[in-house]
Amino acid sequence: MKQKFDIIQSTCVPLPLENVDTDQIIPARFLKATTRDEKFFGDNLFRDWRYDKEDNPKKDFVFNTPAFSAAPSEGVHQILVAGKNFGSGSSREHAAWAIAGYGFRVVISSFFADIHKNNELNNFVLPVAVSEAFLAELFASIAADSDCQVKVDVPNQTVTNLATGSSEHFEINGYKKYCLMNALDDIDYLLEQKSKIEAYENK
Amino acid sequence: MNTLFDKIWDSHVVSLIEDGPTQLYIDRLYCHEVTSPQAFDGLRARGIKCFRPEKIYCMPDHNTPTHDQDKTIEDPVSRKQVDTLAANAAEFGLTHYGMMNHSNGIIHVVGPEKGLSLPGMTIVCGDSHTSTHGAMGAVAFGIGTSEVEMVMASQCILQQKPKSMRISVEGELAKGVTAKDVALYLMMKLTTSGATGYFIEYAGSTIRSLSMEGRLTLCNLSIEMGARGGFIAPDETTFEYIKGREYAPKGEEWDKAVEYWKTLKSGDDAVFDKELTFDAADIQPMITYGTNPGMGMAITDSIPADAAQKSLDYMGFTHGQNLLGHKVDYVFLGACTNGRIEDFRAFASIAAGKKKAEGVTAWLVPGSWKVLDEIKAEGLDKVLEAAGFAIRQPGCSACLAMNDDKIPAGKYSVSTSNRNFEGRQGPGSRTLLASPLTAAAAAVTGVITDPRELI
Repeated sequence: MKQKFDIIQSTCVPLPLENVDTDQIIPARFLKATTRDEKFFGDNLFRDWRYDKEDNPKKDFVFNTPAFSAAPSEGVHQILVAGKNFGSGSSREHAAWAIAGYGFRVVISSFFADIHKNNELNNFVLPVAVSEAFLAELFASIAADSDCQVKVDVPNQTVTNLATGSSEHFEINGYKKYCLMNALDDIDYLLEQKSKIEAYENK
Repeated sequence: MNTLFDKIWDSHVVSLIEDGPTQLYIDRLYCHEVTSPQAFDGLRARGIKCFRPEKIYCMPDHNTPTHDQDKTIEDPVSRKQVDTLAANAAEFGLTHYGMMNHSNGIIHVVGPEKGLSLPGMTIVCGDSHTSTHGAMGAVAFGIGTSEVEMVMASQCILQQKPKSMRISVEGELAKGVTAKDVALYLMMKLTTSGATGYFIEYAGSTIRSLSMEGRLTLCNLSIEMGARGGFIAPDETTFEYIKGREYAPKGEEWDKAVEYWKTLKSGDDAVFDKELTFDAADIQPMITYGTNPGMGMAITDSIPADAAQKSLDYMGFTHGQNLLGHKVDYVFLGACTNGRIEDFRAFASIAAGKKKAEGVTAWLVPGSWKVLDEIKAEGLDKVLEAAGFAIRQPGCSACLAMNDDKIPAGKYSVSTSNRNFEGRQGPGSRTLLASPLTAAAAAVTGVITDPRELI
């Protein structure tokens, strides 16, 4: 869960679809769990795109293709690259748990839905918003070489396509960056603010 | 600057974190059974209590069956989630409206109808359709489970202040055009990401003329344009709706509250980050043809040439196809979008004196027990029963099919809910979003029908 961020360099898994909604990331029937079991959610990430009704892997889904079927590990498949408007729809944090549970540490897209973006950050998955041009080039690089790597440098807020050398700055506010680099969450912060909250209430 | 959104947001700022988010005070937290258990676990792991338990209201709605609620839930996993909410509410000292409690229903229907959601408030829930409560003149938005835990722990949330957008709709809506059609029209125009990063204020003469039910429908769907939330400045319609409700202020408190609520409007000099204006005369009854709510069209139109192929393959449609006369298998009336009394009145206005079409399975699910009471008090249940429709018990039901109300694979469902995503109403289900009038027209004819032909 709480993992410190510094520099992540890894191969990617491409999902060149736009408007990927959280119902696709984790369908509603998997939301009945009462615990935060990341393995359970990770196993069911993109369930209905990944498996057919008989639970057999669908051959054409990227996770089931030979080049991308290896589970994420250090430097391998830790970055999901998706089309614009990733994570739209339902606020279910289970979607972020599924992405984290599968082993992704970074999601790159040209545009993220608001609630899902916060959910990723609160689960130590880093959403990196890049330009349409950078994204298109990255999809092309991965198509040309499935082992192409991307470097995400959190301290310097840069993302680099190592196949082409293209690099971009990405946005993250200073507070959240500090939290990610030091594995702190918002609740740790808020619990220290009790006196300010009480002062507000008594205003 | 000087927008109503600024006024409400700014009056709830506890602190500003340098180069970071705002620490925002939350007046009301609603919890349902799906997105809260892990938040309660988080509190237990940290060894803390809810900071302001009196500001938190809990009720199950997603898993609840829509029949035989007096019996145990058959699905053990659903039952456990519902039971877990009751146990957590008891342990942490929170108000809980369980199944069969007459205050139960869909959380976004119950909040406004009990007077728990009031103008000027900040309201959150682990549910994207929390934007519904914006109809009361509140800043209301959906959050994730970690954020639910934040609010339980501190009654505050850390959020970036969204940008402001005003959407004005001017003019009179034509016969057969409802608040749902206005929302589907706006989604078509803005797409599902057009308002991402923004909080919407709906304004203009069309919006002002909407009933509270209509406003709740419109604000409910703000998230489907990508917005964090959407709201409408409170006015006499709002005050009239709230007056006398269980948690509404009473006596002198009421007068003071109304006096304050009347100040809740954007200044004449207000500056929005984005302003859009639409003409009510351009809006017709709408229906969706694709797999996101932005993929909609006027019911008489044909599927546009640039519609995503993957979506049309899923739906079994083709470019240029007109959907009028297309066979319908299921009709769903309900959800936090269209599960209120006015929606049942609209449905009944078309169904009255007709018969449900053979081959159509119709699920009519009130948003709350109170709505069901109103249906009975107005005799709508009799009208609908005579037309061959049964009314079920309240809950989220087939909107997201977490209970047994699932649309089978490949079947077409004309639904008054909010999302037509792949598999949303059950694996392989094909959803066409529409208004209660259009749903009723499909239910009595068995095919997609322009409701104006039956009014």
